[in-house]
Amino acid sequence: MTRVRESVIAGARGLFLSVIMLAGSITLFVLSVLSIAFITLGIGVFTTPLVLTGVRKWADLRRAQAGAWSDVHIPRPYRPFPADLRRGVTGQVERTSLLLKDPATWRDLQWLLVDMTAGYVTVIFAPALLLYPLYGYVLALGVWKPIYDAGGGEWYGFIHVTSQTDANMAALLGTALGVVGIFSSPAILRAHFLLTRSLLAPTVSMRERELALRVDRLTETRHDAVDSSAAELRRIERDLHDGAQARLVAMGMDLGTIEAMIEKNPAKAKELIAKARQNSGEALTELRDLVRGIHPPVLAERGLGDAVKALALRLPVRTDVDVELLGRADEPVEAAAYFAVSEALTNTIKHAGADRVWVDIHHAQGMLRIAVTDNGKGGASIGAGSGLSGIERRLGTFDGVLAVSSPAGGPTMVTMEIPCELS
Amino acid sequence: MRVVLAEDLFLLRDGLVRMLEAFDFEIAAAVETGPELTKALAELEPDDDAVAIVDVRLPPSHTDEGLQCALAARRARPGLPVLVLSQHVEQLYARELLADGNGGVGYLLKDRVFDADQFIDAVRRVASGGTAMDPQVIQQLLSRRSADQPLGKLTPREREVLELMAQGRSNAAIAGELVVTERAIAKHTSNIFGKLDLSVSDDDNRRVLAVLAYLDQER
Repeated sequence: MTRVRESVIAGARGLFLSVIMLAGSITLFVLSVLSIAFITLGIGVFTTPLVLTGVRKWADLRRAQAGAWSDVHIPRPYRPFPADLRRGVTGQVERTSLLLKDPATWRDLQWLLVDMTAGYVTVIFAPALLLYPLYGYVLALGVWKPIYDAGGGEWYGFIHVTSQTDANMAALLGTALGVVGIFSSPAILRAHFLLTRSLLAPTVSMRERELALRVDRLTETRHDAVDSSAAELRRIERDLHDGAQARLVAMGMDLGTIEAMIEKNPAKAKELIAKARQNSGEALTELRDLVRGIHPPVLAERGLGDAVKALALRLPVRTDVDVELLGRADEPVEAAAYFAVSEALTNTIKHAGADRVWVDIHHAQGMLRIAVTDNGKGGASIGAGSGLSGIERRLGTFDGVLAVSSPAGGPTMVTMEIPCELS
Repeated sequence: MRVVLAEDLFLLRDGLVRMLEAFDFEIAAAVETGPELTKALAELEPDDDAVAIVDVRLPPSHTDEGLQCALAARRARPGLPVLVLSQHVEQLYARELLADGNGGVGYLLKDRVFDADQFIDAVRRVASGGTAMDPQVIQQLLSRRSADQPLGKLTPREREVLELMAQGRSNAAIAGELVVTERAIAKHTSNIFGKLDLSVSDDDNRRVLAVLAYLDQER
């Protein structure tokens, strides 16, 4: 019974597909060809991105159907647009040329052509094998006679229906076709989606290109990581050298002087002892600040959530921190996330003119998600030299991403995502 | 007065033991890990007059094990005086210590042992049910609130007094620190309580809690 249900559903889906694909694929194909042809006239520059985006959406819909209906997974091969795409006419030209340079675009058009022909022929069998038998029964129930009398030579399949016996044969054939249909319509639908996949999935060369792009990106983020950790080491070295180390040397000198004068000039010695004690206290403070800059103690002790809460307590602006973490991320990820939040908050305090800040930290589906929202004046952007690009670089090392929504007038929302597992 | 001391760095533990003994404290136990601390605290007699001096970060976890042990011990034995020492101070931890409102808690930077007299004073205050908050914690709170109206109404002198009061000092101690008479301090404190809308209380510890609650409000 479930088999019958499944095949009826597959038949209905096939029928639905055959209707929408004729309309969709033919229209989009014609529009694409026209639009690309009109590029030379100038109009195409404006219509092509629009039409091709439509084609991609259409292809995405069919990819989704393939996954949902026949468990055929079809990956997307499209190249991403660069983030710094310009607006206006130049942007449109850039976008058009990027789209036309993407081999996936041409594969899409090829697919539209195949889809409206071979794709249609395959998919139409699924409903046809279920519906055609019904017509056989209709003929056998007597409908053959008026058609025959009216001079129509009705054929059912390969049977020329001229008598009740012929009509009964037609019903029999219909039954056979129906049985075949019930057993094969899910397979037919699947075959159609496999055909779709052969055209819509990335080819080997596309995948290689994707890998090459990923390698480029990894090289870049690794470069950034090495650069920033080298800079960090230089800063630590300088801070130690100029700060704590110098104070300890001064302390040693003072102690030496004290040793020499403790009997001759006890008052002066006492003064120097006080100075030495003060120096050791200041050396400690400097070391403590340095440690906080390298790895905040609360982060080590309590993890990301409490470290951000502790950070919020030190801010001059009311900051609400909402944490939902069932465990701790790897230490480097925690540190990156902490410093990213810390930089985002510093930016907010310095530039946003906000009087409330909300930090939301949670983990879902293998992603650590952090949102820093303020009620300030907005207008923040990820540009060269801004603190936000620093955060972007920091997160990039962990394949994390940063998104900023900051319309002029506010509010600003900085969202960060880092793929990671909690333990 | 007996002391249970938990500190994992040998040099510091040794120094503390020597300093405490010099000021006539009896060392009931000097341990270096969290589990040892828990055991030492559990072994105290119910009527034992003891104070726990605990480093926040202890082995084996090297996280905030010391703080957690101390808080657990205070739940099992309400009012057990606990002085927490830390390499760094965090308001987050100070709040957790003050949360039960029982008093007898302290939270100090380890550097405070440089000034033996002040440190011992803090230990005695905590042991007698008072409070000892590190000036750094108080300064963080005050600077956060500096933009707020009621604190803005305080004179610089009153702010100084408020800072010392929030650390847990008595009027006499504040008068000593600022080199003025106790009566002058009493006048300042009543002005502060008035400007900040705090209820007046003779009890040193309640006074601190009131100040901290005020500095902390709106969170």
